[in-house]
Amino acid sequence: MGTVASDSTAARAAGLDVERIRKSFPTLSRMIGSEPLAYLDSGASAQRVLASIEAVDRYERRHHANVHRGSHTLSGEATDAYEGARATVADHLGAVDRREIVFVRNATEAINLVARAWGGANVAAGDRIVLTEMEHHSNIVPWQQLAAATGATIDWVGTDDDGELIRDQLEAALDRGPKIVAITHLSNVLGTLNPVAEIAAMAHDAGALILVDGAQSMPKMAVDVTGLGVDFYAVTGHKAYGPTGIGALWARLDLLGEMPPFLGGGSMIRKVTKEGFTCADPPAKFEAGTPAIAQAIGMAAALRWLDMIGMGPVLAHEREITAYALARLAEVPGLRVYGPPAAPERVGPVSFEVDGIHPHDVAEILDRHGVAVRAGHHCAQPLMQRLGVAATARASFGVYTTTAEIDALIAGIEDARRIFGA
Amino acid sequence: MDELYRDQILEHYKRPHNFGRLDEYDLEFEDTNPFCGDEQHVFIKLDDEGRVSAVSFEGQGCAISTAATSLLTDELVGMTREELLRLPKEKVLDLLGIEISATRMKCAMLGLKVVKSASLGEPADWEDEGEAGDPAEAGSI
Repeated sequence: MGTVASDSTAARAAGLDVERIRKSFPTLSRMIGSEPLAYLDSGASAQRVLASIEAVDRYERRHHANVHRGSHTLSGEATDAYEGARATVADHLGAVDRREIVFVRNATEAINLVARAWGGANVAAGDRIVLTEMEHHSNIVPWQQLAAATGATIDWVGTDDDGELIRDQLEAALDRGPKIVAITHLSNVLGTLNPVAEIAAMAHDAGALILVDGAQSMPKMAVDVTGLGVDFYAVTGHKAYGPTGIGALWARLDLLGEMPPFLGGGSMIRKVTKEGFTCADPPAKFEAGTPAIAQAIGMAAALRWLDMIGMGPVLAHEREITAYALARLAEVPGLRVYGPPAAPERVGPVSFEVDGIHPHDVAEILDRHGVAVRAGHHCAQPLMQRLGVAATARASFGVYTTTAEIDALIAGIEDARRIFGA
Repeated sequence: MDELYRDQILEHYKRPHNFGRLDEYDLEFEDTNPFCGDEQHVFIKLDDEGRVSAVSFEGQGCAISTAATSLLTDELVGMTREELLRLPKEKVLDLLGIEISATRMKCAMLGLKVVKSASLGEPADWEDEGEAGDPAEAGSI
């Protein structure tokens, strides 16, 4: 290891007191058998920060009632907390108006909302949709459904051997005058950080809108949707140290105003008669039914906690830990890392393959060392096809990840190599 | 020392029996483990009496799925399609001779599922162990 910074050095450089941060995550003190948990699966779902757990608990114990319904005290408190959560998410994402935030179940639902509501009204036979090879299934399948329903065509932008988008293919796709470009901010497999602001400008020059999947990026870096110049941005709570069952769509208010509703029901209407209904204004227009109130509050509490830590130091820590992981993985014979090579701005996740050992088996043996990683296709099968593999093992990091956990990962991989005689 | 990755499993993983594609076959089926994207393709040749005379498989998978199908295909010669369809999951578990966790059950059973689907000529009706859900489990954590 020699040349690589120790835990305390890395934490100092990043401005994060990682040992103190870890005390805010109860799960991290778990033992897996006789080994301490090394949780390297935050890209799938991050652990819950105490601030979020406690905010949900307080709400459930003292303030719960339905929102936007009653005139009683509890309903007022629940409504204030829920709308306060919306304001927090809006602030965290750099939205100019909190009405630009629509609460949904997860980033998947946010993208489905856009594909169904905006796509259904604006995409027709012969229109084109641009996707990239590195998209998660959640940013592929809703567009395939839209294409199948309308007769639109999908154009794919490929990736090069370093996991970066192929610029010529993006330009060629934009030359065909697409209606929308849907792209991930940070690849959930490769760790590729796409130049979203630049691509947004290119898309707009070509007359297209741009949707960005921010599920992986929001927990790792400051996101400013206004500064990025995008049209839609999809995020989820549970990858950002908050609860499952809550996410948000940020969209330009004028777009939300023009779009037809997504799901029908209570809350999304202005008036209903036997003859029909009229819609509420955004964001209520897109929030049919009783929302996930406690979860929205929990998501907002996690984001406030992140903002208190500071997204600058969070990103610096992600970069430090990724650099350390890439350096250590490079020492393992027969191990191949997918995605961009080590660089100061590289962030996780890190996907890899160990020669002669299936990723499932790597993950199973790592679990015996207390190391949690994901093995599989990561809901990105077109990318797996591009890489020529069925699956990879993936280590993904968070604010609480230590170099000691990366060392446990390496020890576990060495054990797998010993067991398999690789 | 390592129960799951004992020598027999690793041996079948590294040098699977009946691996490859039969030149001539009467039944075949390909399926994937949706959890991880692993694929297996099974080929079965029947004799005049409708009994399995040769069987092979190809695909990519983990040690558990590859060893399970390697071990299973060693057992199938002489069976009728009906007998293939009646093969219980326990048969595969007995052949593996190791404890299989709920998360790896799909891996262990992929080959059996594909063999049954090949016999039927369509995807076999299937419920994996551990998917049915046990209310006691939900209450215990």
